[in-house]
This record gives sequence, structure tokens and C-alpha cells, in this order.
Amino acid sequence: MSILLNKDSKILVQGITGRSGLFHTQQCRDYGSRIVAGVTPGKGGIHIEGIPVFNTVEEAVHYTQANVSMIFVPPPAAADAILEAADAGMDLAVCITEGIPVRDMVLARRVLEGKKMRLVGPNCPGVITPGECKVGIMPGHIHKKGRIGVVSRSGTLTYEAVKQLTDVGLGQSTCVGIGGDPIIGMKFIDVLKLFNEDPATDGVFMIGEIGGAAEEEAAQWIRDNMKKPVAAFIAGITAPPGKRMGHAGAIITGGKGKAEDKIQVLRECGVTVSTSPTKMGETMQSVMGTGKGRGKKS
Amino acid sequence: MNIHEYQAKEILSAFGIAVPRGRVALTSDQVERAAKEMGGRCIVKAQIYAGGRGKAGGVKLVHHPEQAQDLAKDLFGRKLVTPQTGAQGLKVRRILVEEAVEIAREFYLSITLDRETSRYCLIASAEGGVEIEEVAQKSPEKIHILTIDPYTGLRPYQARKIALALELKGAICEDCVELILNLYRCCLERDCFLVEINPLVITKAGWLMAMDAKITFDDNAMFRHREYPDMQDYSQLDPLEISAGKFDLSYIKLQGNIGCMVNGAGLAMATLDVLKESGGEPANFLDVGGGATREKVTEAFKIILQDTDVKGVFVNIFGGIMRCDIIAQGIIEAASEVHCALPIVVRMDGSKVEEGKKLLLQSGLNVQIGNNLGDGATRIVQMLKAGRPQ
Repeated sequence: MSILLNKDSKILVQGITGRSGLFHTQQCRDYGSRIVAGVTPGKGGIHIEGIPVFNTVEEAVHYTQANVSMIFVPPPAAADAILEAADAGMDLAVCITEGIPVRDMVLARRVLEGKKMRLVGPNCPGVITPGECKVGIMPGHIHKKGRIGVVSRSGTLTYEAVKQLTDVGLGQSTCVGIGGDPIIGMKFIDVLKLFNEDPATDGVFMIGEIGGAAEEEAAQWIRDNMKKPVAAFIAGITAPPGKRMGHAGAIITGGKGKAEDKIQVLRECGVTVSTSPTKMGETMQSVMGTGKGRGKKS
Repeated sequence: MNIHEYQAKEILSAFGIAVPRGRVALTSDQVERAAKEMGGRCIVKAQIYAGGRGKAGGVKLVHHPEQAQDLAKDLFGRKLVTPQTGAQGLKVRRILVEEAVEIAREFYLSITLDRETSRYCLIASAEGGVEIEEVAQKSPEKIHILTIDPYTGLRPYQARKIALALELKGAICEDCVELILNLYRCCLERDCFLVEINPLVITKAGWLMAMDAKITFDDNAMFRHREYPDMQDYSQLDPLEISAGKFDLSYIKLQGNIGCMVNGAGLAMATLDVLKESGGEPANFLDVGGGATREKVTEAFKIILQDTDVKGVFVNIFGGIMRCDIIAQGIIEAASEVHCALPIVVRMDGSKVEEGKKLLLQSGLNVQIGNNLGDGATRIVQMLKAGRPQ
């Protein structure tokens, strides 16, 4: 077991004929992912690297029963690609594309409400269930099959965390990079819920960063619901206050978003927070070793 | 992307929202002429990419054109430091001269993106003006927030609820409804992260008017707005930030002496954190992005070295998309091109890492390899200490 992806996931790639789409398709296939189809409008009928290409997601699903989409479509058409995947009844779309306008994502996310398809990203490294299936751009070799769930807002910082986990001997059940954009599909809590119910996950490492209040929200959810130990790291504790315009941002977040605030809330909710980015693996190890991590309910 | 108040007002005006009569000036003579045009008594407003200008002396009521000119002479070239500029402040290069309007009441009105709900929200308050953030903290009940469903858009009845909450009645209430709907239309059509009117006023003559305005565009929507780049005032940006922007790099100047090049914003922040922890002071934040090419790495390196405060460079690349041998080539090219003799520590991980390390060590640069994040940070700090004259 694992979350979101396993060895049976059948993957199609939207934007397979683009340069990075094709490169990462090959990388994922080399890792062992079952890539069954590609979609590029206007290029239906060809084969690329032995993979059949279709004009629409619907057609690709009809012929291949794909249930997961990996999206590399360029920003102007990416939100449309997400909606096309949802419409074709996919279980999961992982959108790697960076630079999608916020207005497009606000609408896309609204359309996804109530639909069965889950969206990871956009602007994210993707999802990997080590040893089984990789849908994304992360380097596969740093991962190791195991029982720690990883959820992160960051891209490359996730790789750093995963490598540290692997180095201390903690393998991963599934790693989910939810993406750093203002509007994303699955949020921390959505992923934490899945890990909480996943029998193959024993503990969770969560990586956040300054800005927004997603980590604070997640912390409260963990306090009230999480049955498994959680450790975390928040990047940006030394980041200087940035330039800003206007007051609206400060009004809606109530001045939240600083690393110290996030760390404090997480700790108050029983999450063990690594103080240094060099100690993420160690921190998770100590949490798993003692069987604690959520100090309140021991 | 931010724009100036006068540009924001031009946009609002194009969406049917009334703004005071005004003229933008680049010299103190132009300010004097504009002041004459406004009848002598007018408001002189420094244009910078930040709010809080009033308290910093950037907004003043003057009574004669000569007074406007004197004030302009003082303001032009001066750096205004406000709570929104950061400690560096921002230089005044443009001044907006506006007719002085008699104000009866002041409100706050904005539309911005709310990450929590993943939707746009409208924020309004009858307590407009400079202390709005304080109002939000101390009396949140005075702030009205409306989340907008993108399916239906902002509906007239919702705008009316807001107008009524601001205690507007009769014709002016309906004017406000129209203004709010226009503001939402502006936000969508121009792809804004933020449109803010503070204060929105009712004049003594009974008109609704935007006295101050701020707009921030969504950079990702640039492809459908050809007009964006022309509106940018580059004097408001750090020159190194501008050259970084040309290559799609995200660069922020900091106060220390260790230049940093990292791929990914989260890892870049964590790198600054670990440098500080190791006793170093980062000179910049620089994210070359996930999909950076060899050219990008080369440009990034040049930008870092243009900062004369930089005494050493820490490169931290965790290759997901990027291959380490390509990064290494970029570093070597850039360093040779600018004859860099500064100490460099490179920490690389990901694909083709051994090839990358080999290239670096054979390059003849003053370079060490960091075995991991902590080791890399310690090394660059030590190399700087060792090189410092006693």
C-alpha cells in the first residue's frame, strides 16, 4: 500500500511531445512507471518512444484505461489540460507546469470541487511511491522504499529532505510535492489525511516555507486528527521581510506567514520541528525512534 | 509586478472608476506647471513601488505652485523608507500632482487573492486610510471580507451587501455597487493579484472617488498582456534584480558577503538558513529555477559576481531536472569569463554528480566540493575566514 500511486497506476502524459515532457516520460519509465499513453492535440496517431500519442485525453483513456495524468503542457493551455484530465475521469493529475496564471487556476480549482479527480500541483516536483511508480521530475535514485510519508510545498528542498531520510535509513512510502503556487490542488491537509489512513505509512515528514498560512492550518488538523508522528521543517527563518504593496495581504492573513510563527504553531500542536535544514533526517529518526512526535497524546 | 499609483489610477479610470484630476511629472519644473494647472492648491505625491508614503513625507498638500516646486526638489532623488519598502527605501523619480479634493468620508476597498480559499476576495471597511492594518488586528468586525465564487463572479447583490455594510444609502450606495463590480472586472481582465483603493472617498460634493490606488499584476499572465513590460519603472528595482529577471532568475540582494546560487526557492531559503547557522552572511538569494539551463547558470554566476560585496560563492544544486555536469560547465564558463579568483564551494546532488565534480576539480578554479548541505556551508565560511587578512 501507499497513497496516490502504486505499481498498477497507468499513466498518460499530457504534453508528451514537448522537450521536458518527453525527457521526463523516459525518466519515469526507466524508474518503472507504467506509461501507457501520451496526449498532444494534433499529433494523435504517432508513436513516440514506443508510446501511442492521442489527440485527446478521453481517447487515450478509452484505448489504454490510463488513470493518472502527468501534465507538462505550457502555461497558457495548462489549466485547460487539467480540466480535460478531470473530464476524462482520471483519478489523479500531477501538473508539473510552472507559471500558470492565477486567474486560470482559481477557475480550474473551482471546477474540480466535487469531482473525483485529485490534482497535485501545479508547479510541483510530482509524486513518487519509491520502488513502484514515479510521476514527476524528482531524481528517483535518492528515494528508498519504506514507511515515512513526505509532503512538501517545495521542490528541490524535498529532494534534500528525502536524501537525508534515506541516508539515516528511513525509506519512504510516498512523497508528494504539492507545489508552491498560490493556488494548488491538494493541500497539506488533503495529503496528511491519506497518510493517516495508509497502513504502509508509520510517520510523516512535512516541509513548509514562509508565506501563507497553510502550515498553521495543517498543524491544527494534525493536533486534532493525526494518529501518526509528524516531524517538520520550515524554510526561511532568516529571510528578511520583503517589499510589499498595499495592505490586503496583511489583512487576510492577519500578519501570519513568518517562519517563527509557523514553527511555534506546529510545536504547540505536537509536531517536532527540525531547527536546521541539515537535521531533517535526524529529526525524523528521533521522532520514529522514541515513538513520539506528538507530545500531547502519549 | 507592481506599478505606480498614477498608472493604477489610469487603469481604474478606464474601468469607469472616478479618480482625482492629476498629472505625472519627472522634474520639479513640471511639478510647478502641473500645480498651476490644478489651481495652485494641490496634492504632491511621490511615486514609489510601496505604500506608507504619507508618514515618510512623500505625500503633501501644498498651497502654491512654488511650494509644490520646492517640495518636488526635495523629493526627487530622495529615498523614501516606509514599512513596505524594506530598510533600503525606494528612490523618488516620478511625482503625481493632483487636484485637492474635499473629503467627507474615507473607506478601504480591495480585491486580492486568498490562498486559503483559493479564490479572490473582496475586502472593505468604513475605516479607510493609513491605519487599516491596525483596524484589521484590533477590530476585525470592522473589516468585511467577501469570498468570490469564480463560477458566478461577483454579483450585484453581494456588492450591495458590502456597500450597505459601509453604511451607504440611496444613490451613492448604487454608485458604490457599480464601482465594486467595475473593480472586480478590472481585477480579472487585467490579471491582478491585488487591486486596492485606500482610501476610497466620498467627496464633499458627493462623489465616490479613488484617492489612492495600488495594482499588482500576476507575472504569469504576462503572455496575454503585452502592455505590462512598458508599464514597469525599472528605477524602482535593484539593477541586479532587473538583469536576473531578463534570464528568468529570481534574485534578491541581501547584506552579507557570500554569494549564493541555488535551484528552487525552498532550498534557496534553507541554504540561507544553514549559512547563517554556520556563521556566514549570505549576500543574496538567487533561485536559478528547476528547469535552468547552462546559460542560466552562467548568467546567474555573473550576476552574483557583479555584487562587489561578494567575497565567496556557495553553489547548492540538487539536480532533479538539471544535470550536475551541465551546472559544473556553467560555473566554469562563467567564472573563467569574469576571471573569478574568489573561493567557491559547490555542493551538487542528483544526476551525473560525479561527472560534475570531476569537471570542477579539473577546472583550475579556487573551488571545493561540499559533501552535503551542512558540509558545503561550513566550507565556504571557513574558506572566507582563512582568506581574510588579520
